Amino acid sequence: MIELDRRLFLKSAALIGCSAAAHPLMTSMTFASLPSDNRLVVIILRGAMDGLDAIQPYGDPMLAKLRRNISVGPEDGALDLDGFHALHPRLAPLMPLWKKGELAFAHAVSTPYRDKRSHFDGQDLLEAGTGNDLPVDWRVGGWLNRLLQAMPGTTAETAYAVGLEQMKILSGTAAHLGWAPRSSVTLSSQGQMLLDHVYHDDPMFRDAARDAFRIAAETETPERGKGPTADEAALGAFAASRLNGASRIAAFSIGGWDTHANQGPVIGRALDKLSAAILALRDGLGANWGSTTVLAMTEFGRTVRENGSNGTDHGTGGALLMAGGAIRGGRAFGDWPGLGEGDLYAGRDLMPTRDIRAYAAWAMHGLFGTKREMLERSIFPGLDLGADPRMLA
Amino acid sequence: MTLDFPRIAAIRLGYGLSPLAPPAENAAALLAGIRASGPDANAVTTARAQEQTRRHIELRKAMADDTEAARKKFQAYNRENSRLQVRDLQRRLARAVDDPTGFGERLVQFWADHFTVRATDGTHNALAMAYVDEAIRPHIGGRFEDMFFAADTHPMMLVYLNQNTSRGPNSAAAKRQKGKALGLNENLAREAMELHSLGVGAPYTQKDVRQLAELLTGLFYSYSDGFAYRPQFAEPGAETVLGRSYGGPGEGHLRDIRAAFRDIARRPETAQFVSRKLAVHFISDSPSPELVDVMAATWRDTGGDLPQVYRVMIDHPEMTAGLRQKVRQPFDLMVAGMRALGVTGQQIRDLDFPQLPALTANHLMMMGQPWGRPVGPDGWPEGPDAWIEPQLLAARITWAMKTPRAMLGKLPDPRELIETALGGTQSEQLAWAVPKAESQAEGVALILASNDFNRR
Repeated sequence: MIELDRRLFLKSAALIGCSAAAHPLMTSMTFASLPSDNRLVVIILRGAMDGLDAIQPYGDPMLAKLRRNISVGPEDGALDLDGFHALHPRLAPLMPLWKKGELAFAHAVSTPYRDKRSHFDGQDLLEAGTGNDLPVDWRVGGWLNRLLQAMPGTTAETAYAVGLEQMKILSGTAAHLGWAPRSSVTLSSQGQMLLDHVYHDDPMFRDAARDAFRIAAETETPERGKGPTADEAALGAFAASRLNGASRIAAFSIGGWDTHANQGPVIGRALDKLSAAILALRDGLGANWGSTTVLAMTEFGRTVRENGSNGTDHGTGGALLMAGGAIRGGRAFGDWPGLGEGDLYAGRDLMPTRDIRAYAAWAMHGLFGTKREMLERSIFPGLDLGADPRMLA
Repeated sequence: MTLDFPRIAAIRLGYGLSPLAPPAENAAALLAGIRASGPDANAVTTARAQEQTRRHIELRKAMADDTEAARKKFQAYNRENSRLQVRDLQRRLARAVDDPTGFGERLVQFWADHFTVRATDGTHNALAMAYVDEAIRPHIGGRFEDMFFAADTHPMMLVYLNQNTSRGPNSAAAKRQKGKALGLNENLAREAMELHSLGVGAPYTQKDVRQLAELLTGLFYSYSDGFAYRPQFAEPGAETVLGRSYGGPGEGHLRDIRAAFRDIARRPETAQFVSRKLAVHFISDSPSPELVDVMAATWRDTGGDLPQVYRVMIDHPEMTAGLRQKVRQPFDLMVAGMRALGVTGQQIRDLDFPQLPALTANHLMMMGQPWGRPVGPDGWPEGPDAWIEPQLLAARITWAMKTPRAMLGKLPDPRELIETALGGTQSEQLAWAVPKAESQAEGVALILASNDFNRR
């Protein structure tokens, strides 16, 4: 049965390029109004965030045995959250969000990706949102794009890939936009018109140029910030500015998580960036923060044991961070698998207890009313949604 | 429009047309041109990179005295050091612009990207330059296995993919320093198979990765002693990788590592994976299986003799059949633009701070390809959608507006530039639009920003 569904999925994903009207997902579309007042931001943490260091489960006695130099809990400045978990000191700027119920997390989540532990395949699968049985290629695209295909009333403006990084999560046939906070167009309006003519028969260039000219006309170029987190703050601020308008979905990346050696300062810098991006979103969104959900996802977790270089290597189960005024925060979601010898995946990694896609799916269900069947068959083909974690307020 | 081989090859396999140099006449001339892309008189060596780091540490230590003079010296040194990446870009641009056929420098770009490294901190900037001069340039016209070994054992790669901190769990070094001992790190072993040779779809397992990681222990670089194989770091005993055993009882040897790289390089999966990557880079994002198969067959027959593999690609009908199936990556575009404008390598070498980064590195960053800073060891993306997005295209247009005046002082006549830059391949739309531009600057910009010029 599942096999059939997936073949159908692939076929329809290919079809949508040929004829939008023929696509089964699009028959009930209306193009009139904004799809929703709710907003979803997905941050891809590239390089595999060590979830056990970001949100330290110090209440598990095995953690201190397996890690002597990292994730050492409140004794080393981490901020206690609930008597079991502690927030990495470099995430301290997010502590007020936790207290207001606007920050939450789930440990031991993963995509279906297993064993080869390659960043690139792991990220590809995370962004494709598929299982291991489908090839990750252009036909599949990214799951946020399939969400767009399933949402009534979307336009290209509905979703933004923000920043210079390629966002495969939004790739696919549904129109969307990309812009970097510091971009601009230096061409007269006559020049823009001529270039539009030049590009006319080359849709990729033509469409990108048309969007560039329009967004540039609408956007004030921000003053160039300084400091190591200025770029991430600018990503958050720009995303917020579009989400305050007609956009409802934004995605961007934060890199720097591949902490094979000397993890302390390296993850510290990455966590600073994540904090800066989330706070810029909150500040920029103002009242709209209340209808916003932020999901910060990474391709996989890292080894439970420290390696010999004061770092951690590629693992399996990881952590999902959630933020926003729309979430039911201030709590941990999911089942803790434990860190004992028999509890680990392959004797080395945190055992995944839930598919990370289930959280994303329930978020979309809550935010945009996306139907369960649509989520399980088209957006995340083959996923079993399971019980509602009730992560939204 | 029928196009002759020289112009097609210059656009697809080189850095485009130039008013200063005629395109290569045939495949033999293209292949002969590779020789010009070896290390030149300005090549950076690992020894120089060591000196750089040594000096860095010396000056940092000198600051312990807390004198203003020591601090100033250290800051000045650091500034120079941080500028090295832009100097590296300057060298690469100058050589690419001057390369008569362009094919050799395109290959340098391709292989340096295939074996991606990144100077993860400023003290390694010189080492990253040495990497291309020592591990890539000498081998682009040789055998793949030699480049594979040279790249994956080069100090820059050892640092980048954490091999430098990997120790055999049962090595003499690990036993001596119980407690704080360094352990095994699989990063290089994994990428050597997944990205550099076999490809992720190939039938290797986590066990092969681990065995290769154990075999690679012993590879080591330090700024004080340079590269050395250190048997005391190596996991004792033989390792079995893809069914073959390397090394024996007793001390490990560098020759065992070389043997493993040679065997992996000659495997059919490697021939297929790397041949396809070449075809995707030079010909089209979806090359025919037939093209890839004939390249891979030549690879297998010749033991990975690269010029013979290139030759098959150059001579294949798919090379001459289609134009503009690929989008030029930003570095490629920048070189092609300079060449078309008649800028010489010397003019690029004459640039200095602050104009140099303003005219080069800053544009590449905005176009999505910050020099020397690929996101991960899989290098830059090949597909057009990674490059032609609104913000990245806006940056290409901005570059097209700013470069000609900044580099030339006097703008070229757009009606002439369209011929020199595109050699008769321009579309009707572009030919129609260019004379209608409201200024000479915008006429020139339309050409450099056109899809005709941004594709190859």
